[in-house]
Amino acid sequence: MTGANTPILQIDDLTVDFLSEGDPVRAVDGVSFHVCPGETLVILGESGSGKSVSTGTVMGLIDCPPGDIVSGSLIFDGTDLSNLDEEGRRGLNGRRIAMIFQDPLAYLNPVYTVGRQIAEVFESHDAGAEGPVRDKVIQLMQRVGIPEPETRIDYYPHQFSGGQRQRVMIAMAIALKPDILIADEPTTALDVSVQAQILELLGDLQRETGMALIMITHDLEVAAVMADRIIVMNGGKVVESGKAEEVFTNPDHAYTRRLMAAVPHGSSGRRHPRPAVEGETLLQVENLSKHYMLNAGLFSPKIEFKAVDDVSFVLRRGETLGIVGESGSGKSSIARMLLRLNDPTSGRALFAGDNIFQLEGKALNGFRRRVQMVFQDPFGSMNPRMNVRAIISEPLVIHRDILPRARWNDRVVELLELVGLKAEHADRHPHQFSGGQRQRIAIARALASDPELIVCDEAVSALDVSIQMQVIELLSELRQRLGLSYLFITHDLPIVRAFADRVLVMQNGRVVEENETEALFASPRHPYTQALLSAVPKPKWTVVEPADSVI
Amino acid sequence: MMLGYIGRRTYHSAISVIGLLTLVFFLTRLTGDPSALYLPLDSSLEAREAFARLNGLDQPIHVQFLDYLQNLLSLDFGQSLRQNRSAIEVALEAFPATLKLAFVAITLSTTLAVIFGALAAARPGSLFDRAVSLISLAGASTPDFWIAIVGILVFAVGFGMLPTSGTGTALHWIMPIVVLMLRPFGLLVQVVRGTMISVLASPYIKTARAKGMKRRRIIFGHALRNSLLPVITVAGDLTTGLINGAVVVETIFGWPGIGKLMIDSIIQRDFAVVQSTILVTAIAIFIVNIAIDLLYVALDPRIRY
Repeated sequence: MTGANTPILQIDDLTVDFLSEGDPVRAVDGVSFHVCPGETLVILGESGSGKSVSTGTVMGLIDCPPGDIVSGSLIFDGTDLSNLDEEGRRGLNGRRIAMIFQDPLAYLNPVYTVGRQIAEVFESHDAGAEGPVRDKVIQLMQRVGIPEPETRIDYYPHQFSGGQRQRVMIAMAIALKPDILIADEPTTALDVSVQAQILELLGDLQRETGMALIMITHDLEVAAVMADRIIVMNGGKVVESGKAEEVFTNPDHAYTRRLMAAVPHGSSGRRHPRPAVEGETLLQVENLSKHYMLNAGLFSPKIEFKAVDDVSFVLRRGETLGIVGESGSGKSSIARMLLRLNDPTSGRALFAGDNIFQLEGKALNGFRRRVQMVFQDPFGSMNPRMNVRAIISEPLVIHRDILPRARWNDRVVELLELVGLKAEHADRHPHQFSGGQRQRIAIARALASDPELIVCDEAVSALDVSIQMQVIELLSELRQRLGLSYLFITHDLPIVRAFADRVLVMQNGRVVEENETEALFASPRHPYTQALLSAVPKPKWTVVEPADSVI
Repeated sequence: MMLGYIGRRTYHSAISVIGLLTLVFFLTRLTGDPSALYLPLDSSLEAREAFARLNGLDQPIHVQFLDYLQNLLSLDFGQSLRQNRSAIEVALEAFPATLKLAFVAITLSTTLAVIFGALAAARPGSLFDRAVSLISLAGASTPDFWIAIVGILVFAVGFGMLPTSGTGTALHWIMPIVVLMLRPFGLLVQVVRGTMISVLASPYIKTARAKGMKRRRIIFGHALRNSLLPVITVAGDLTTGLINGAVVVETIFGWPGIGKLMIDSIIQRDFAVVQSTILVTAIAIFIVNIAIDLLYVALDPRIRY
């Protein structure tokens, strides 16, 4: 579509080091790429692959030191970006090159209104002269789809939803119609339905203005929806580049192939069909509710917020029940109540016949031993000053009757091997492991007390795609070997399809649909489930382009 | 919401003030018998008893205390033994001198600390940054009485440029204020610099850079506003310290403030005046704390009470 165009940005042989106490760490190693007007270039790679660093250099956002641009040329529209002074850089940033980021809440200043922050773009480039800035900001907010911009302009970032905050960031970025918009994981922090809307908005804006879009992502689905061309990065190097469809259908490099293979097959059914589980009932939840009282305002009465509203379900021994829903749907509240971390407002939950909410003292302790949890952020859920041996044996310290002390060491080694780690890892500390390894340690800790049920709350969401599948495979292997049951909470539909036997769909605290996994994905009945499933994006090359979209 | 908050705070503070006054009431009476100070050494037993009766000191201590509380309710804070007039009047008369001193010292030191700290944080590790760190560390850790005495020695006795003590001319203000400023300035520079450095590394600063904002506006517009909360917390704490009467500095420079009055009254066993000075400063500290809470709300839209 843009083959005849000359590149607006051309990067050649870029190498960036980060100086640390020891040897400098090479973050970007001889990377070359270009992007043409109106084109979308997706830079695909997992965390630490150097994708953000290479685009950060384009905008001069990498602090030197500790950053060190060793070599390379960055040519933007005939200007060499690498020897630009501060004033020259300022003239380009925000006006001709703009950027949006992953976590809009952190990237917006909490103490200023969004209107003021958008207006700053005009003011920084003396573009306020052609009319009242406020009107222009309202127009922009309207364009990016923020309802009631006339009043919302005076709101603060924390008063917006995640998707709206990203729209504010986009408004800021497109204010002066830049030639290039760099989007660094723009939808990673958002729910799947919101993600689809944001991607659509970016696509529309690109068609309107003809800007080039550089999109950084680790998400293959996002890449498929957006990309004209793709470069795949791994370990600071570009390992593959080409037209999007070619990279997806015919991956060349071994790393790309591994990445593609890691994606749960979204449309072609699950990979490990399992026979229906017909064990005894392990967990029976009846009419579970959790309500919070919210302060609405100065004189209004308090509002009751139903985080979990009359939820009932059954989990059989050996079964995996997926709970899916977007953020705020009440999934995690259920997990927290079942683990007795929060108290319910009403309802019962029978675990092997006993009502969890009435357990006290010894009985509660015994229950805690039989039910374990794996959290989203393995790093946050481990004491950084404890080594792996201490972390894994902690359940043994708490529940003294499991094993005599003399056998703890052997058990730790056994557990480490069970989750695919090595005996020598026991003496290291959490920060010495990768994200996937840490989650393995968290699983080993959960297994230490021989539990019957493991509650996984977004247990793989923070991990890279290729690691996600490894952890899921580990969990499903353990399910077979140890006869475990899982309550698997996630917002990620492909993951739940690959792993759960049955799925519960939640919206606003209520269960809107429950079914066997395959039946649910094949024929979703509830409109919300249908919307959720259709929000999973479709590859760009399968969508017929409207004729007028050619620039 | 806000008024309710202030109401609750007032109520809680009233309880702690009453507790404080109780403690002070009994502690002052441990210092000894005032009649030993106020009457001639050879005065007769009858004269001593008459003095005690006149000032209610002949009653058992719990009766004295109940009388005191009762009088408090009718806003009678007792008589000064030394000056023979209302004790609260004596306290309120001395207070403005302290307030002026505290206000000028804290305003100047905060302003200077914000400017120097922000500039140092903008270029961490630079010569300017290291110089500022050195000065602030010295300021924060040098005892004020030592600086005060050396100051008098050098500038008043040695060069004769400044008066040694007392009030009157503008020159009288210089040494007390400079000495009072040193510690707050030193501490606040460290706080401003530290929070600024972490705020400058935060994501929204990156956004501001990506917008192409001028460096000075990023530092003083975006970063500073976010760094102010911890600065205000520390500055407020230091202010209460100064209102409390810069006892040492006021004594050395003969500044007729509440700190000096407190020390004098304790030495002279002028119980009612001691109690009144404590009451006045406690209320002032309460007001400063409320003001700080309101400043939080003004500075950070996420904070609501």
